[in-house]
Order: sequence, then structure tokens, then C-alpha cells
Amino acid sequence: MKYRLIILLSACLPVVLSPSAAFAMHISEGILPFSWALFWFVASAPFLALGLRTLARRSEADLSSKPLVGMVAAMVFVISCMPIPVPMAGTCSHPCGTGLAAILLGPTLGVVVAAVALLIQALFLSHGGISTWGANLFSMGVMGSFAGYAVFRGLRLAGLGVVAAAFAAGLVADWATYAGTAMIMAAGIRGTAPFWPLAGKIILAFVPTQLPLGIVEGAITAGMVSLLKKKRPDLLARTALSGIREEER
Amino acid sequence: MSWIRSCVIGAVVLGCVANGPLWAAEKWPGIDEAVVNRIAGEHGRAARKSLIDTGEGDLQLFVFLLAGAVGGFVAGYYWRVLLEGKKDRAGGKPVS
Repeated sequence: MKYRLIILLSACLPVVLSPSAAFAMHISEGILPFSWALFWFVASAPFLALGLRTLARRSEADLSSKPLVGMVAAMVFVISCMPIPVPMAGTCSHPCGTGLAAILLGPTLGVVVAAVALLIQALFLSHGGISTWGANLFSMGVMGSFAGYAVFRGLRLAGLGVVAAAFAAGLVADWATYAGTAMIMAAGIRGTAPFWPLAGKIILAFVPTQLPLGIVEGAITAGMVSLLKKKRPDLLARTALSGIREEER
Repeated sequence: MSWIRSCVIGAVVLGCVANGPLWAAEKWPGIDEAVVNRIAGEHGRAARKSLIDTGEGDLQLFVFLLAGAVGGFVAGYYWRVLLEGKKDRAGGKPVS
């Protein structure tokens, strides 16, 4: 009964949360010139290939990893569809979920789940674009996942607790995604204008919205990792809890 | 861990309260409109319509609703599988 309620709530909450608007942070269709769009496709491809190889190997080695990958992929999709208004900025944006994916699955699988989410959003939700899929994948999938994972592992090595490190990882993954988006946009649209002033201008425009939203994403990430650590620590043994002695878990 | 739980609950409640239909779309432009498209427009790069354009009206809301429902169901289903494991039909014993 309890689990039926969880499933019902899981289906209903995103319905309540997401249909109010279709506001995106992704780079829209047609914003980037063809050469830059192609460049980001090529830049993202090795990471995606690596992620798909990891997925295949892990599925062969451990069948129990499939539900975790499925759950995280669905969560990243829903989270990155969910617009959250930021009253102080008067705008709304959404978390990315790639920090959480990187912690629970590893950074390369984080790229895969971001790729799937971004493709569905670009195709059916007018969210991002097909031509800008590579660029959006690089900022959200590659930069978000790897930045979040690096911060998480770094803080774990420094002795910080799993939950606190997860909070920081979610926060940094979100901010890194938007920093990446700013750099990609500045490189693509600048024409003859200097790169850094434009990149700085875009980053500053993101700050009022993403500063608080990054904190929300950190809280979501920490909460999810805390819950799974309590319920199924064995699932995190390969990634989030790897290298940690049993008594410290 | 209670502060983490409080943070998560607070974030969800904030999201629910702040994201209801009462908050008109025009009042809360997305960051793509407010930042990405605006700055791109200043540099001569306008956004094009999507390949499959669901417009801005009820169809798009419906597609979002559908996507949210399906995504939420999948996440909830796998969450249950993770916590409880799949059960065989005869004895109800977990198989994974």
C-alpha cells in the first residue's frame, strides 16, 4: 500500500509541478551557427560513447543496476522538465539532476541519462533543440556530471560526509551547467565581439536565477542520496560509497 | 539528517506553492527567454521553431503533463523495485 502511494505520488507530483509552463534553460533551436552546433556534437560524442559502453558492461555484470539506472534516468528527465520560479529574479528555470546522476551512477552514465532526457525534450517538448542537442548535452551532461562527480569525490577524500558532499555536488553541477551554457553561447553567437565580456554578461544574467536554484538542486541531491544510503547502501557501493570503509557508511 | 529532510521537504513545498497555475506564465518568463534568446537576439541569432512544434498553448501543456506523468510513473516504479525488489507471482518472494 505504501509503495502504491509512492508510485501514485511520483506520477502526480510531476504532473502538478510541470504543466504550468514550458520554460527551459537549454539553448534553443537555431541559436548556434551550424559549425558550432556540429562542434559540440563532436565534443560530446566520446563522452556519450564511453557512457554507453559503461552501461552495457554494468548491465552484463550486475542486473540489479538496471532499476537504479531507470529510476535516475526518469528522475533526471522529470527534474529537468520542472520549472521552478525564482521570485527574487522574476524568472523561472529548472534543476538539472546530473549531479545526482553522477553520484548514483558515475559521471559517464550521467551523460547517457542527460542525453536521453535532452533528446525527448528537444523532440516532443520544444525544450532545447535538435541542432543544439550536442551543445546542451555538453553543458548539462558532460560539464554537470563531471563537475558534480569531481566535487563529490574531492570532498569525500577531504573527509566530508556523504550527504554534505552530495549537497555540494548538486550545487556545483547546477552552476557548472549554466557556466557551460554561457561559454558555449558566447563562443557561438559572439561574431566579432570579444569572448570573455560576452561570457561574463551571460553568466551574470544567469546568476539571480541559478544562485538560489543551485541550492535547491543541492538539497534535492543530498536528500535523495541520504534516502538511498539509508534504504539501499549496497546500491551506492560502486559509486557514492566506494572507497569508504564499512563502519564509516 | 533532519535538516536535510527539512531542506528537501521545504524545496518540494516551495516548488508546489510557487509553481501553481496561479503564477501566470507572463509573470515568470523562463531563463531561455529572459537570458538565452534575448542575448542571442542582440547578436543576430534568433531561435527557430522546434522540429515538432507543439506551440505555446494547451497542446504543449498536455505534452508536458503526459511527459511528467510517464516520467514520474517510471521513477516511482523503479523506486519501488529498488526498495522492495520484484516479486514472483506465486509466492511473492523478491527475485532481485
